[in-house]
Amino acid sequence: MSSADSTEIVKTDDSSIIPDLDKSLSDSISKKFSNIEIAYVKPDRIRVNVKKEEIIDVATFIRDELNFDHAESVSGVDYPEDKQIEVVYHLGSYTDVSLDKKILALATRTLREDTPHPGNDNTKLPSLRDVFPSVSFHERECFEMLGVYFDGHPDNRRLLLPEDWADIPPLRKDFSIKGR
Amino acid sequence: MSKQLLPGLAIEKVDDRIMTLNIGPQHPGSGHMRIIVKVDGDYIVHCDPDPGYVHRGEEKMAEYRNYITNIPHLERPVIHDSCNILYPYCLGVEELLGLEVPERAKYLRVIAAELNRCVYIEYWLAIYGIFLGHSTMFMWPVGDRELLIDLLEKMTGARVTHAYFVPGGIRNDVPPNFEDVCLRQINYFEKRLKEYAAVFYDNPILISRTKDTGVLSREDAIKLGTTGSVLRASGVDFDIRKKEPYDVYEELDFQTNVLKEGDSYARSKIPWLDMFESCRIIRDALQKMPKSGSVRVKLKPKPKGGDTEVYRRVESGRGSLGFHIVSDGKPQPYRIKISVPSFRNLIAMPHLLTGEKLGNMPAVYWSLNYWPVEADR
Amino acid sequence: MVNDVVTSQKSGGLTMIDKINSHNANVFIGKLGDVLFKAIDQPLGMALNWGRLWSLWPVHIETACCSVEFGAASGPRYDVERFGIIEAFGSLRQCDLVVVQGTITRKMAPRLRLVYDQMPEPKYVIAMGACAITGGLYFDSYNVLPGIDGILPVDVYVPGCPPRPETLIQGCMLLQEKIKRMKPR
Repeated sequence: MSSADSTEIVKTDDSSIIPDLDKSLSDSISKKFSNIEIAYVKPDRIRVNVKKEEIIDVATFIRDELNFDHAESVSGVDYPEDKQIEVVYHLGSYTDVSLDKKILALATRTLREDTPHPGNDNTKLPSLRDVFPSVSFHERECFEMLGVYFDGHPDNRRLLLPEDWADIPPLRKDFSIKGR
Repeated sequence: MSKQLLPGLAIEKVDDRIMTLNIGPQHPGSGHMRIIVKVDGDYIVHCDPDPGYVHRGEEKMAEYRNYITNIPHLERPVIHDSCNILYPYCLGVEELLGLEVPERAKYLRVIAAELNRCVYIEYWLAIYGIFLGHSTMFMWPVGDRELLIDLLEKMTGARVTHAYFVPGGIRNDVPPNFEDVCLRQINYFEKRLKEYAAVFYDNPILISRTKDTGVLSREDAIKLGTTGSVLRASGVDFDIRKKEPYDVYEELDFQTNVLKEGDSYARSKIPWLDMFESCRIIRDALQKMPKSGSVRVKLKPKPKGGDTEVYRRVESGRGSLGFHIVSDGKPQPYRIKISVPSFRNLIAMPHLLTGEKLGNMPAVYWSLNYWPVEADR
Repeated sequence: MVNDVVTSQKSGGLTMIDKINSHNANVFIGKLGDVLFKAIDQPLGMALNWGRLWSLWPVHIETACCSVEFGAASGPRYDVERFGIIEAFGSLRQCDLVVVQGTITRKMAPRLRLVYDQMPEPKYVIAMGACAITGGLYFDSYNVLPGIDGILPVDVYVPGCPPRPETLIQGCMLLQEKIKRMKPR
């Protein structure tokens, strides 16, 4: 959420110390990739902000070297003031016992247009389905709710909304529900 | 070509051998969703789940209500497991607002969550029985869960949709002689649970229908990101109550059940074994609970969170349920994303049903512990 | 009148049969029909209604969260089968009751209407839960219909969120009272 360029480590409150494992995870990522930003390192939660061109490389590194093997959730957040939509992947690990409690939040941003044509405008992101197969239905839902098209996903179509939905994607901030 | 009636209800021209079937929203074996299935003779060649018939827009509605008035509608995705779906929401909001929950409230929360888990699993078993045509297995669980619903009614005031958890504790304390009544009901309930083995789990018809159907290997279960009983039936020991304990689960004595086969029989057995562990947890918690104390932290009328985000997760009756709450300093949350275990297990459905016989569809489909109302939110 | 003049010479005792002419025959048949209607058709109608209201078979369609309380109502404690309401697991061509359990979304609405149209007459609709009556807790959602009045003719409204199983049984008993008062055809 911040747009600082340096890697900074944020303490949650004065009495907690960041455990060594979280710090070593975030250090290994920032050593390998120079163009990313570690947003925060809290106990058991690390957040990494990545540009959309590099997300597949970072995700492959996280899967192979750091042993995170599945995605817990994929959420899209709409920021109309920054004219960007952010997609956050929460990654967890079933196989590595030392990573039981940890969730790594991998976040990227993409451009947002004022009149969306889902699938045909500039709101695109590369799909992480080949790296983590568990994101495929989550990415479909993100496509229909926010209008973010995922390149490389074989099946970008509607999942939860009615088939004849003709309005803008509902989770955008300019879609207001009736009466409010 | 094809006459367009309504998108999704259109008539299509198909191959000679392959027939498209709708296992639709009105079907004794489908629940509140549709599965579009292409069959070649008796074998399913392609499966396409079509959820969304109960999509009510929870996440959008949550952005218009503040943290306290969000509670009634956020618990409706699973109305009989409502404590477990509010649990990560309350934990997350407490982290955002910096609240500290009293001890007695933590123990009561654990008791309510375990009772809800048993109530959910009993209903799931009942529907599993009726999908396979075993009507005794419908009547027994639905009758036995009424015992636990009585306990919940004494605690919270409602049969289902309790709205019992609030950020900062629970809504009200339990009546005075609740511990004795609870112990008696739990002991009787555990005796009833043991009788299910004779009628259901050792039943040769059930064994022949569910053994070795829909086998999910360990690598696939991890790769597809499944959770809950589906994961534990394939040999992966991951239960959030043990791995990332929340509230007082660290001080309670229980174990998690893991089976290795990964077929529908194992997936149907794990929740039943989990219920025994839940009874142990409730007995232990009733003993260790502080005898008196406050149960709620007093809040301002419209509490405001800081400028941060949280992600908390909890083990519910179906698996790991996570809440991602983004706040921007206003009394309403900026974005709430609910990551439900049913939606995460949905990806295993096309993977497992392709290649199965059509008659095995109910046994495999419902064993994935899939509750359609929750997956649609 | 003409015939009366012709037969007036005959002796008495046959005057009843002499007076049967075309006009009187019509009146006689009319009065006979009236008596038959009161003797047979009305009890027949009551018998038909009695048969219908003690065997209402609901369609197996679960629409949203109230289906949990409908399932609990079919359980051993709130046994709804003693009223004849068995969840028939066959086709919907043999059912005559649609219990709309809970929220109807825009995706579900055409399917619900299709299900209702496929059922044979006579058919009845119970709207169960606050969401089926007015949209309930989700009245301002983008995907929820504000009540099913627009697509189905509802007979009984059962309020609650979710209604207790006893409330649902009271709703079924109200439907039975309504059927008793209906014309059987």
